Amino acid sequence: MKEAPGARDYDWWLLAILAAICTIGVVEIYSATHGSALAGMHMKQVRWILVGVVLMFVLSRLDYHAIMDQAPWLYIAGLMALIAVLAVGHTRFGAKRWIPVLGEFLQVSELVKLIIIIVLARFFAEVRTDELSLQDLIKAGLLVGLPLVLILKQPDLGTALVLMPMLIVGAFLAGLQWKHAAVIVVLGILMLPVGWHFMKPYQKERVTSFLHPEEDAKGSGYQVLQSKIAVGSGGFWGKGFGNGSQNQLGYIPVRYSDFIMSAWAEEQGFKGVLVALGLYMALLLRLVQNAQRAKDRAGMFLVMGVTAALGFHVLVNVAMVIGAMPVTGIPLPLMSYGGSATLFVFLAIGLVMNVRLRRFVN
Amino acid sequence: MSYWFRNDSRLPQVRLAAASYVIVGMLTILLLGFWKLQVVDSDKYGQLAERNRVRSIPIIAPRGRMLDRDGRVLVDNYPSFSVLLLRDDPTEIEKNLPAIAEGLGLSLEDLKEQLYNTKNLPKFQPIVIKPEATPADVAFIESHRADIPLLEMLMVHRRRYLPGGFMSHASGYVGEVSEQQIEASNGKLRPGDIAGKSGLERQYNDLLVGTDGMRRVIVNSVGKEMGRLSQQEAIPGKQIQLTIDYDLQQVAETGLGDKKGAVVALDPRTGEVLAFASHPAPDPNDFAVRVSKEEWQRLNEDADRPLLNRVTQAQIAPGSVFKIVMATAMLESKTPPESFTAFCPGYGVFYGQMHKCWVYGKSSHGSVSLHEAIVRSCDVFFYNVGMRMGIGTISRYAKMLGLGEKTGIDMPAEEPGLVPTEEWVERVYHHKWYPGSTISVAIGQGSVMVTPLQVAYVIGGIASEGDFKQPHMLKDAPSVGEKHVELSEHTVEEVTRGMFGVVNEPGGTGNAIKLQGIEFCGKSGTAQMMSYSAASRLGLGKGKNDGWFVGYAPRRNPEIVVAAVVQDTAEHGGTAAGPVVRDIVKAYYDKKNKKNQGQITAENKGYELKNETRQVAEVAKVVAKPEEAAVVVPTGEKKSDP
Repeated sequence: MKEAPGARDYDWWLLAILAAICTIGVVEIYSATHGSALAGMHMKQVRWILVGVVLMFVLSRLDYHAIMDQAPWLYIAGLMALIAVLAVGHTRFGAKRWIPVLGEFLQVSELVKLIIIIVLARFFAEVRTDELSLQDLIKAGLLVGLPLVLILKQPDLGTALVLMPMLIVGAFLAGLQWKHAAVIVVLGILMLPVGWHFMKPYQKERVTSFLHPEEDAKGSGYQVLQSKIAVGSGGFWGKGFGNGSQNQLGYIPVRYSDFIMSAWAEEQGFKGVLVALGLYMALLLRLVQNAQRAKDRAGMFLVMGVTAALGFHVLVNVAMVIGAMPVTGIPLPLMSYGGSATLFVFLAIGLVMNVRLRRFVN
Repeated sequence: MSYWFRNDSRLPQVRLAAASYVIVGMLTILLLGFWKLQVVDSDKYGQLAERNRVRSIPIIAPRGRMLDRDGRVLVDNYPSFSVLLLRDDPTEIEKNLPAIAEGLGLSLEDLKEQLYNTKNLPKFQPIVIKPEATPADVAFIESHRADIPLLEMLMVHRRRYLPGGFMSHASGYVGEVSEQQIEASNGKLRPGDIAGKSGLERQYNDLLVGTDGMRRVIVNSVGKEMGRLSQQEAIPGKQIQLTIDYDLQQVAETGLGDKKGAVVALDPRTGEVLAFASHPAPDPNDFAVRVSKEEWQRLNEDADRPLLNRVTQAQIAPGSVFKIVMATAMLESKTPPESFTAFCPGYGVFYGQMHKCWVYGKSSHGSVSLHEAIVRSCDVFFYNVGMRMGIGTISRYAKMLGLGEKTGIDMPAEEPGLVPTEEWVERVYHHKWYPGSTISVAIGQGSVMVTPLQVAYVIGGIASEGDFKQPHMLKDAPSVGEKHVELSEHTVEEVTRGMFGVVNEPGGTGNAIKLQGIEFCGKSGTAQMMSYSAASRLGLGKGKNDGWFVGYAPRRNPEIVVAAVVQDTAEHGGTAAGPVVRDIVKAYYDKKNKKNQGQITAENKGYELKNETRQVAEVAKVVAKPEEAAVVVPTGEKKSDP
């Protein structure tokens, strides 16, 4: 803690991987939007990336222990923000998720994701036993449950779902007992009908159309079908940059954001997918490696929280693009266009860098 | 900073390693998903993407035009736009249907019904919801392309016929193909295609229809055209040239006028139909777009039966025209011998029943020979001939000369008429032939029935010494049926001399319509639809007749034979139908003489039309300029083919 970490200590491999993913994303956003009314969107994305990089470096300079020290206050602030957004937030696309910050609309829930990663890391780091006791598991569950309910209220099923893998991965690493895991799985299955009851009509529709795509030719079933057509018609070699008909003629839904992988797969083919998914695999494995080399449990939990969140994003988004999961509105980290989502990823990586920079300190 | 973390460095390395394996496994599974879509099923999705991207829009081929024998355009096309409704997306349709109905001025119920009726068609096949788009409709469609991406415009060619039902029974009309036609076409026709429904349009549909082309365009996800891929041009239908002479047709139409009836003119040397008119005649322009259910019902239920093509489909008693058949049979069979004469006191009694001659009550014919009987149309003479001949001989000769069977004209649904025989009565009425019936048949009454076309055909054939040429409407028809009936020179001479006398001898029933300088011959006929007594009981005066006149010129080997029938008339055939025939024959000779003097060409048709016909002729002239009518393909100063 005495000596400041040097530039040599940053994870340059991790940054290189991130840079590659961002490049792919910007290129594909350009391809998807250059001929349309949305032209110029890729430059906005570049701007978000630059802001993100700056924030990442700033966050990496603060000692993560100092940040985690403030976990209870951050948690309360996060809850307040969620309540505030429900009360006065800005409604866009039918959901109250946005608050205006410096002329841009930011999604509060992205920030809350970050806070939950910190709070959970703090909580699990304070567990002293090798096995996670039932009480601690329930406490962790409640810690996540409260913001989860508030986010569902917005409604934002996608972000709410991301909190679950953070909890599960954290609990797993904190020594989750197999019998508890089994009970949770059984309970989860039993809760499914209850969850169905509380779902919004459009969410139910997404699930039904996922289960029976032929019955919904134009709704989300249509979106997934168009996405699959785009991916499949790309073939092994792809149709080439700017040549994807599904992409260029607007058949892929939100092709610059949630379905950007579909546009990429159409124009770059399976070889392009191999590159993109290879980069994501490298990113996630590199994060796990950083966790393995963390100085203490607190750092490890922090890094794995980030890993869980990003891994879940990649899994759910990519599975949606190929029609293997219902449409949830979860973006693909750093490829999908989006300010809040991009900032979240860089801030999360900032935490990881923070842990890495301090592994030899003290 | 509180030391809550206590430098706790117990890291769950096993479980962290497990997390790595989960990550690798997860991404491998996702990659397998991409492999399945992009490598295994790539072709299938490639086709789906292509189907998304490419929309095929038909280019409708124009139907072939119909020209008259001199190359004047009788039936033409004009370009028009149809509004198509794209049906790929039922929810969008449901949402936008009220707006579409309002924007295009259609009834919502009708639209819904049309959608319901076409629900079994493939979804990608658009349907025509408005056949003729107005400029306002076009504006509506263009301005709502973004929010109602369901409407498309299709350029089509509509049929244009001469106005007022001119020649409409000959030309026929077109309409959307029926389900039976689609089934019979072996996949060549699709719902919404236009095909000939009657007349020549139907007869020569295969010639007239072209092959529709196809334009393949790139469309974006809201249906906007983004580019063109390929274009397969439509192959226009073949133009057909008819044997109809516009000038003679004109005279026929005018001559018939408001009267109910039919006129047909043939060239017996070739079988060519020179004029073909049936009144009342519906205007096929009314059907060229889409005929409303009410209008159709009205036409079908009209007591005057405007949809009946009387030239080939009206089966009516020939009346005294049949006496030519009787005379021919008598001279050929020599039953009774040619020297036979009969005394006509104005009536005759046969098999215990009185049969009147047409002059009954006014005068009598006295002692008549065959020639006089033809000229003055003496019924009593032919009653006697019929009684001596018997129904067997009458029907044998009638059939031999072409009655009771179709002439084989190139028109759909020709009727054969009827020549009664003993077998026919037994088959249909299950009783023996009453000899008394023969007496009525002998003067063309009773159950004998003919079509106007048959009358022209039979009389033309007899006057041409037994050479019968199949009537036809297509000029330069590849094969024209013909048959020869062995008639003695003497028979032909006597019969034609009789028909010459009808017009040219004093006392002849057609004497009023004789033509100076032309060997105009003919025979009148008045078929009673009910007896005089029955008619007067009903207060219909002299009764309702079908007035016939068949005329030809010159006397032997005629160039033109015209049969006309005027129905529901109180007049006799010579008065009711005679002038119509005379005018056509006169027009034929006027035109022929001027042509011989080099004064008339197809382009400046010099035939002087009567005042009331001139207007129609003006319209015809306009239509006759192909380069004005056919907007689509400007072909320059090409004159219509002669």
